[in-house]
Amino acid sequence: MSSVPTNLRYAKSHEWVRPEADGTVTIGITDYAQNSLGDITYVQAPKVGAVLATGAVFGVVESVKAASDLYAPVAGTVVAVNPALDGAPETVNREPYGAGWMLRLKPADPAAAGALLDASAYGALLG
Amino acid sequence: MTQLQRTPLRDFHAARGARLVDFAGWEMPVQYRSILEEHRAVRRAAGLFDVSHMGEFDVRGPGAAAFLNRLVTNDVARLFPGRVLYSPMCYPDGGVVDDLLVYQRAADDFFLCVNAGNLARDLDWIRTQAAGHDVTVMDRSAETALLALQGPRAVAILQGLSATDLAGIGYYHFATGEVAGVPCVLSRTGYTGEDGFELYHAAGHAVRLAEALLAAGAPHGLELAGLGARDSLRLEAGYPLYGHELSPAISPLAAGLGWTVKLDKGCDFLGRDALVAEKRGGSPRRVVYFRTGDRRILRPDSPVLNASGTAVGHVLSGTLSPILQEAIGSALVETAAAAAPLAVDVRGAAVALQLVRPPFVPLGRT
Repeated sequence: MSSVPTNLRYAKSHEWVRPEADGTVTIGITDYAQNSLGDITYVQAPKVGAVLATGAVFGVVESVKAASDLYAPVAGTVVAVNPALDGAPETVNREPYGAGWMLRLKPADPAAAGALLDASAYGALLG
Repeated sequence: MTQLQRTPLRDFHAARGARLVDFAGWEMPVQYRSILEEHRAVRRAAGLFDVSHMGEFDVRGPGAAAFLNRLVTNDVARLFPGRVLYSPMCYPDGGVVDDLLVYQRAADDFFLCVNAGNLARDLDWIRTQAAGHDVTVMDRSAETALLALQGPRAVAILQGLSATDLAGIGYYHFATGEVAGVPCVLSRTGYTGEDGFELYHAAGHAVRLAEALLAAGAPHGLELAGLGARDSLRLEAGYPLYGHELSPAISPLAAGLGWTVKLDKGCDFLGRDALVAEKRGGSPRRVVYFRTGDRRILRPDSPVLNASGTAVGHVLSGTLSPILQEAIGSALVETAAAAAPLAVDVRGAAVALQLVRPPFVPLGRT
């Protein structure tokens, strides 16, 4: 079974969002997503400073099987991307909710993350 | 939706966490844990693959040797009992019906191992071609299971389970014997570029044999490996896969398999005239192998572009080499374009192809 931590918010497109104490949000892909993709071989992230609209494609994750777009669950400005994924994209497979995070945003609307799915709603989506 | 065919090991795989997918109409394990990890395990220690979906045909009779030499492009007359031959099998126009292994058991007794996806078509083709020859062609695929044990530890693992002297079986040779009490054809062949054996045996013994191999191999670092790793291993080794580097549209000469086309073997064979002409005139397109120095995988059918951005071919196979940690692959390109810079567009970025002669990595067995 896929892990769905209760302290995160989720998009239907299988990204997770974690509000941080400094007002930014950290974004990654869910355990279900990494498991569906299989071995992740490449993560294409946006540049720091990029401004993303809700639902905008912010990058691409590639696995041995296929390349898939990544969607911004909330709007905002990119303040950091995970440098570890350049050389070790398989980190997303191992720790999708930890060291495999993808980017940090300063959200345009600080309340936007609250409108996303909670763990039980996302878990229900996975069936 | 039609029911997928199952090998005798389908439940064995499912119980060990395999991700089962439709491969050529068969429900097959694409991976157990991780394609990349299984790939590395085969290069480092050993991997066990279920390839029971492949087809086996007996070809027997006084006319068998002459028939087979007319059927395939390589020289079957070079075989002797206990010897294995790799060969394409061509249409009259030089396109490839399938690539296969020919085993000679005795003077008038051969068997073939063919790709699962081509099994029915191969059988039709071979039976049609056999008309007028004194041979019997029997499909033994359903009752035959096939396990491939591959990697530098494969021989040590297998020797612990068999009284057959494995050191006495050379590369592309085979013997009959027992492994863990199961009667097998022990064939020193494989599709990974590593040393190892392929074990043909009765389907009813497959679970027992797989369990014995897995148990004996565990202390050596043996892992179950799926078709995902099988594909990346064969590509890293530079071996063609039917439907990618070989097809009705890609002759063995275009594929770089000239060494398997024996134009002067002393008899006519299917495709010979076309292949003589292609050799004389040169192949208009050819298969090239490339690395990119970049992690982005180039996907099959992506256009290959020349320096002015004109498509001069397309990608046939592409993966990330788990050993090199960069994208590798093959492409079919216009021969005239292959000497100049080539690139593939990946989401707006031109990734340059560095053409190389495979294998991409040093192999235990070449």
